[in-house]
Amino acid sequence: MEMDKIWRVNLSDLSVKSEPVPAAWAGLGGRALTSTIVAAEVPPTCHPLGPNNKLVFCPGLLTGTVAADSGRLSAGAKSPLTGGIKESNVGGTAGQMLAKLGVKALIIEGHPTDGKWHGLYLNQEGLRIEEETETLGKGNYESVQILNERVNKRVGVVVCGPAGEMKMLTANISVKDPDSHIRSIGRGGLGAVMGSKKLKFIAVDASGATGMPIADPEKFKAAGKAWADALMAHGVSGSALKTYGTNILINILNEAGGLPTHNFTAGQCKEHDAFSGETMHDTIVKRGGNPSHACHPGCVIQCSQIYNDAEGKYLASGLEYETVWALGADSGIANLDQIAEADHIMDDLGVDSIETSVMFAVAMEGGAIPWGDGAEVLRVLKEEIAKGTPFGRLLGAGTEAVGKAYGLTRVPVVKHQAIPAYDPRSVKGIGITYATSTMGADHTSGYTIATNILGVGGHVDPLKKDGQIDLSRNLQIATASVDSTGMCIFVAFPVLDSAECFQSLLDLINARYGIALTGDDVVGLGKYVLTTEHKFNLAAGMTNKDDRLPEFFEYEPVAPHNAVWDFTPEEIDSYWNF
Amino acid sequence: MQVQVRLYATFRNDRFNEQMRDYPPGTTIKNVLDDLKIEESLVGTLFVDFKYATSDQELHEGANLGIFPVVGGG
Repeated sequence: MEMDKIWRVNLSDLSVKSEPVPAAWAGLGGRALTSTIVAAEVPPTCHPLGPNNKLVFCPGLLTGTVAADSGRLSAGAKSPLTGGIKESNVGGTAGQMLAKLGVKALIIEGHPTDGKWHGLYLNQEGLRIEEETETLGKGNYESVQILNERVNKRVGVVVCGPAGEMKMLTANISVKDPDSHIRSIGRGGLGAVMGSKKLKFIAVDASGATGMPIADPEKFKAAGKAWADALMAHGVSGSALKTYGTNILINILNEAGGLPTHNFTAGQCKEHDAFSGETMHDTIVKRGGNPSHACHPGCVIQCSQIYNDAEGKYLASGLEYETVWALGADSGIANLDQIAEADHIMDDLGVDSIETSVMFAVAMEGGAIPWGDGAEVLRVLKEEIAKGTPFGRLLGAGTEAVGKAYGLTRVPVVKHQAIPAYDPRSVKGIGITYATSTMGADHTSGYTIATNILGVGGHVDPLKKDGQIDLSRNLQIATASVDSTGMCIFVAFPVLDSAECFQSLLDLINARYGIALTGDDVVGLGKYVLTTEHKFNLAAGMTNKDDRLPEFFEYEPVAPHNAVWDFTPEEIDSYWNF
Repeated sequence: MQVQVRLYATFRNDRFNEQMRDYPPGTTIKNVLDDLKIEESLVGTLFVDFKYATSDQELHEGANLGIFPVVGGG
């Protein structure tokens, strides 16, 4: 078994070195570790695309073990989109392989000055850096195939797509899944950071790795069974997500009047069933696709899917609610095939399908693209953004840049990052999360939809202000902890509803490391993560005035509830009282 | 009285997506669930006129009723 270590790669002088794990980092993983390293080593005022930013990859505390749904890999840096700290995590196969090779953290530093691109190869022999030419400018699907042939079919791949090469603010980092399809380190423009370092890919080959050290194997095995049983016993993680995927939320949010439509001018969309989770499920089954697909080995939730075209040929996988919403309801493209094709192209280019799709709705309001014109969106993706034309560069800079270019006031962003698929006027808890998250507008950082809409973890009325700040704070603290474990955030559904499920997660961590964490320690970890990130953002120049929603939410009531955003600045600021 | 009933996810199987249905005054959501042979323990979320509702709620003429099993995403 490998001793855990820190790897550093410097693109200024092409040096590669490994270091022992500092004692202070030993108990951290995932988001807790990426944010700790970024806060410790990246000057908060640095240019995110300059030589002083660092891109940090960390598997979670349980990543690489056999525990169900523990395959997440976190990436962190200063975000070129938000100007603050960023953590974004992903499934796929690379995280588990990095963990099995004993990589506690992989830190990418420096800035090449000679215009050359490089690739990293990590295996049991160590880490080597080589100049890269073949995959430059290639789509992500082709780059993955090239690396499958160059290394081996099982190689884990983390790749900077064409958008990242062009340092677009919408650029994500793409990660290979078990079927050589794409998962995404989606938000905050981390692909542009990877591109700024001219690092095209990280190829991870864990062949021969012997498995993870487990301090108490008997206890780990028992906790692992209780954990998997609890995930399977809950209605959301055990059956709903593998049937309908996350896109089931189209009809729920439409029914709740919280489905932002036509660039946030309405809360319901009359074409909702054309692209709902139910319609998507039936279409997938009819065409011989697969509604249940695991994005990494060991996932029992299986929210991903294989979506085929009308001829039964693969078109897209991992179609998420937020992408379908932004193209279907927000941009008015009531055509699931066009939405799936756009999703595939976005994965191939390596752009965040939330930032990019919310941008399309803003571009439509600005008159740059006709409302609901799916064919034109597909053309723009292929002919403008992919080719980096001047218009494509503007769109590739994201929602806020396009809103400014067209002189719009209805520009749904917080901390310069696009607001996803839940209207904060009619689902007020998520508005507090958008406003206060250290990540910019990010539903996953404190998913109050669970309690506001889905009845998970109790019920807090989405249309009233009461209880929303406490709800968002508690969920953001819990999420910061879950993001550090390597667990998929969807484990939160059973964890919120079942004390036994939460205990089995603690037991897994304790058995893995031979420690005795309590529930209070987990809360403490979450608070530490949020506080560390908040301090970085303040040092980068943000203030409490950045914890605000766009003004239009205050003066434009949204149907059907005629709801407005009515939290005072003082109420929002009280979020940080912990 | 007329009630617009919308079913979602697995509740659509062997039933319908959306129907205007006739019920006597005083009908509760629970009565509608019984009428449609939907087991209450399988219900996740209920909406009346696009607002959160509980099964003991009484329906009114022209009500919009949405019925979901336990589902979620994100």
